Amino acid sequence: MTHKKRRRLMVLLLAGLGLGTATALTLTAFQDNIVFFFSPSDVLANRPAGERAFRLGGLVEAGSVERGTGTDGRPAATFRVTDGAQAITVTYTGVLPDLFREGQGVVTLGRLLPDNTFRASEVLARHDETYMPPEVADALRRAGHWNPAQGAAPPAETWNTAPRDGRSGG
Amino acid sequence: MDGRLTAGTGATDATRPGARSLHRFANPGRFLRATGRLMPFLWAAAVLVLGFGLVWGLVLSPADWQQGETVRIMYVHVPMAWLAMGGYTGLAVLSVMSLIWRHPLADLTARELSPVGAAATALCLATGSLWGKPMWGTWWVWDARLTSVLVLFFLWLGHAALVRAFDDAERGARAGAILALVGIVNVPIVKFSVDWWNTLHQPASVTRLNAPGMHVDILYPLLVCALGFSLLFGAVVLARTRAAVMERRVRALQLARARREDAVA
Repeated sequence: MTHKKRRRLMVLLLAGLGLGTATALTLTAFQDNIVFFFSPSDVLANRPAGERAFRLGGLVEAGSVERGTGTDGRPAATFRVTDGAQAITVTYTGVLPDLFREGQGVVTLGRLLPDNTFRASEVLARHDETYMPPEVADALRRAGHWNPAQGAAPPAETWNTAPRDGRSGG
Repeated sequence: MDGRLTAGTGATDATRPGARSLHRFANPGRFLRATGRLMPFLWAAAVLVLGFGLVWGLVLSPADWQQGETVRIMYVHVPMAWLAMGGYTGLAVLSVMSLIWRHPLADLTARELSPVGAAATALCLATGSLWGKPMWGTWWVWDARLTSVLVLFFLWLGHAALVRAFDDAERGARAGAILALVGIVNVPIVKFSVDWWNTLHQPASVTRLNAPGMHVDILYPLLVCALGFSLLFGAVVLARTRAAVMERRVRALQLARARREDAVA
């Protein structure tokens, strides 16, 4: 490598180092603005000021979903969003996404009322990163390895090579 | 640059140790001959693997227990996402070769790569949106993953536009290479956005430290589709680069003839 080329390489490396550091510092500084939602623990520990709208995310607590009809005739639902440590009651009027169920991740947009319930104007479903055929999911449930209402699937290595004829791999 | 591409023989490079390995391919004649033999096999492999993968993924593979048939969007969405990021990493490597070694073929390949990369990223965004509406309940949200992929799309478009914005192709290539290298900071942000911040997009399923969170009957067709799309991506970029090299040769020949005719007249 000639002297000129080595110098170009050094300039590129230095510029890359500077740019990388600047980006890392910026992203760290804006950490709170980059997160898409807050967990119930975040919200209860650090209550947003006033009636500010924000997103609350977590899992729909098992056994907490009550469906009804709102005053305007639209479907309404009350459920609790939990992160394992804390839970917040959410009220919502409108159509819930198809994936909504107990144990499913959700992200809700709305305001925290003075009585610590959250009135949501939007509910989005947030599915996890596991993909499995229905037969394998059924087998895991029948074998008692997994109750989807309680949260995440068991470790992937116990089922991701399970045969699809209904026998559990776990 | 035209002169270097058409008149470079590689013989001068052989006298310079160290430069030889890289600059051997700067000889356009050798590049055209080597890739010309490769192209039919590349196209055939791309069509075969992709056809097999798409039939496996879109028809034969099982549905997902909670997402149902919608999960099949993944067999296009995930390969496009990998190509958008992997292709951009390739663009950064070409840009380093261009800036440090002034490799003319790296400039040409980068110029022909960015529109294809932009198309892959656009497909990733479009299929993601089509997937998000039925599953999440929204076409689009400004979470860290979706936003950083949109930035990646703009970087691809910006590179494609910038390298074509100069009358002097070499200056365009230089500016594009700098843009591509500045934009490379976005690639780890795209990849790790789902781990560093909470997002609506779920974390990675295939490339995680413990076992892939995906049943093999879904994972294997996905990997075959990814290989097929990568072969197709490579074939398209290589075909475009070959066409660009030939275009420059034609232009150089036309210039030479015009000069001869001027001299005669």
